[in-house]
Amino acid sequence: MRDGGVGDARLSLSVFLPRVNLGPSGFPSLAGYAPPCIIIASREGYVAETKFEKGSEVASRRKFLSLGAALGGALTACSDSGEPVPDEGPKRLGRAPNVYGERSPFEKEARRGAASKYPETGATRTPLQDSHGIITPSSLHFERHHAGVPAIDPAEHRLMIHGMVERPLVLTLDELKTLPSVSRLHFVECAGNSRGEWTDKKGATAQDSHGLASCSEWTGVLLSVLLEEVGVKPEATWLVAEGADACKMQRSLPLDKCRDDVIVAYGQNGEAIRPDQGYPLRLVVPGFEGNINVKWVRRLMLTEQAAMARDETSKYTDLLANGKARQFSFPMEAKSVITRPSGGQVLAGSGFHEISGLAWSGRGLIERVEVSIDNGASWQDAELQEPRHRIAFTRFRLPWTWDGAETVILSRATDETGYVQPTEQALLAVRGANSDYHNNCIKAWKISGDGRVTNV
Amino acid sequence: MFSRIRALVLGLGVIVLLLGTGLAQSPHYKVGSAPSEEQLKTWSITILPDGTGLPEGKGTAAEGKDVYDRRCSECHGNKAQGADSSALIGGQGSLAGPKPLKTVTSYWPYATTMWDYVNRAMPFDTPGILTNDQIYAVVAYVLFLDGIVEENQELNRETLPKIQMPNRDGFVKDDRPDVGPTAHTPNR
Repeated sequence: MRDGGVGDARLSLSVFLPRVNLGPSGFPSLAGYAPPCIIIASREGYVAETKFEKGSEVASRRKFLSLGAALGGALTACSDSGEPVPDEGPKRLGRAPNVYGERSPFEKEARRGAASKYPETGATRTPLQDSHGIITPSSLHFERHHAGVPAIDPAEHRLMIHGMVERPLVLTLDELKTLPSVSRLHFVECAGNSRGEWTDKKGATAQDSHGLASCSEWTGVLLSVLLEEVGVKPEATWLVAEGADACKMQRSLPLDKCRDDVIVAYGQNGEAIRPDQGYPLRLVVPGFEGNINVKWVRRLMLTEQAAMARDETSKYTDLLANGKARQFSFPMEAKSVITRPSGGQVLAGSGFHEISGLAWSGRGLIERVEVSIDNGASWQDAELQEPRHRIAFTRFRLPWTWDGAETVILSRATDETGYVQPTEQALLAVRGANSDYHNNCIKAWKISGDGRVTNV
Repeated sequence: MFSRIRALVLGLGVIVLLLGTGLAQSPHYKVGSAPSEEQLKTWSITILPDGTGLPEGKGTAAEGKDVYDRRCSECHGNKAQGADSSALIGGQGSLAGPKPLKTVTSYWPYATTMWDYVNRAMPFDTPGILTNDQIYAVVAYVLFLDGIVEENQELNRETLPKIQMPNRDGFVKDDRPDVGPTAHTPNR
């Protein structure tokens, strides 16, 4: 593939180990010795070095060779000759450590969204075609805002829980963080993801067609813990959640779900949730459509009726062919998309290519992903990356040797309930052409003889 | 005698205060505080479909035209027919056709939703600037434009929830999975 990877350059990895001193305590001491240092070398020569501590001795080629010999090659996976290639690179110092990391300037993956006269209601999409593994970097998690991203001082933010409860409660962020916490991987997918695939505006790339879905590790307090603290009155059946954004976006959640696995989250991928993802506090409602995962959450009200909020009547309802609309259509059903090769990419030529993609289900674990390399005539099981997580992205892979002929590739996910990702025709037959939301149909990519990959 | 009553009152007061303090913290983890009446009042802006939460105030379509023209027409069109943003009226009878037009009057099941949404989110760039009277009036005006209320019909917390929106019965429960081996029998 032209757009990434190191080709077939063979890498050799050498690890410089400092001599380890057993101190008086019996534990290894590194005092006075060079810190560990990893050198990555290729056939073209020395390409990268990672120093673990400022001021450490920079390894010279001589040291490299002598240590390599001393270790008897035991730690050295060498190139053909077994000899590292001379280092012709510039002997310049790299930059000093910094306090908050940035990616390499060579990496250009970015969220993308359509231009709008009212960008505060806009969305940006995750570049799924460039993703590795199952975690979406927080900086690339898709966005969908209804009134812009509010700037919230966490010291001022409060969560109020009230309505049909025994003890209404106001909590600060610090107080929430003292409560028992959980960290769980969950995808969030906008109900409108892939809606363009039902029109003639099909996305050119996986980002365009499927990029309103992302997956993070979320940390926070289970909502069930908070509900115990306030004492829900028996007549309550719904919980209305409201954000602190300019439009105070609100959604109604069934109480059963709130008592199950909803997280009041303050952490995302090991740090505080990003402002565009709800800083400092949001709901993560595993498997339910993205809009109900209320960001910047400030108020939870227990009621015995749904609010019939704008975003659960006017929007996020699925109009069927008979003119009736499905309401409270919460779960995002099993779905998958091949991300490599996918739209916009170009296969460099026939031969080996790994087919790789993402699958997810709002109803639990992904049990199976099948891939077809012949436009659906036959299917084979892809390998699923373990460990798999409930209601999270699952990475699938299938080794493939392309014969260079034009073809269409597809993927089809099955979840733990036995639900099988449907075809577009099957969905249209049941729902009609105007249901708009919740399009989880099988995605096809066409590969032309020249290696170009396009949406079909 | 008098001082004994005073002592009793004082004692009761202390007990109430202590109870209040006890209520202020959660029972298991002892966190949080009870919201003040002020906070409960100002934060509780949700309007439920039975009208719960609607504040005092009133308005008519005749009064709402001015608010609409100044605050709404730029995005929604001079007759609520839609411009950059959604049409608010029209589309009745179109939902089962090939080109459904989903508007407040053709699609929304409750008038309370409109009051709630205008109050919390409109006008788009300055939400929250309309008074309660203005909101009742502008809701009345939009509904009047599609013949759902009369021009001089007063909307208030009693009358607004009683409006029968044309698509009140237009929604069904989620009956998915609707395809494949685990499909439910459709309930529509």
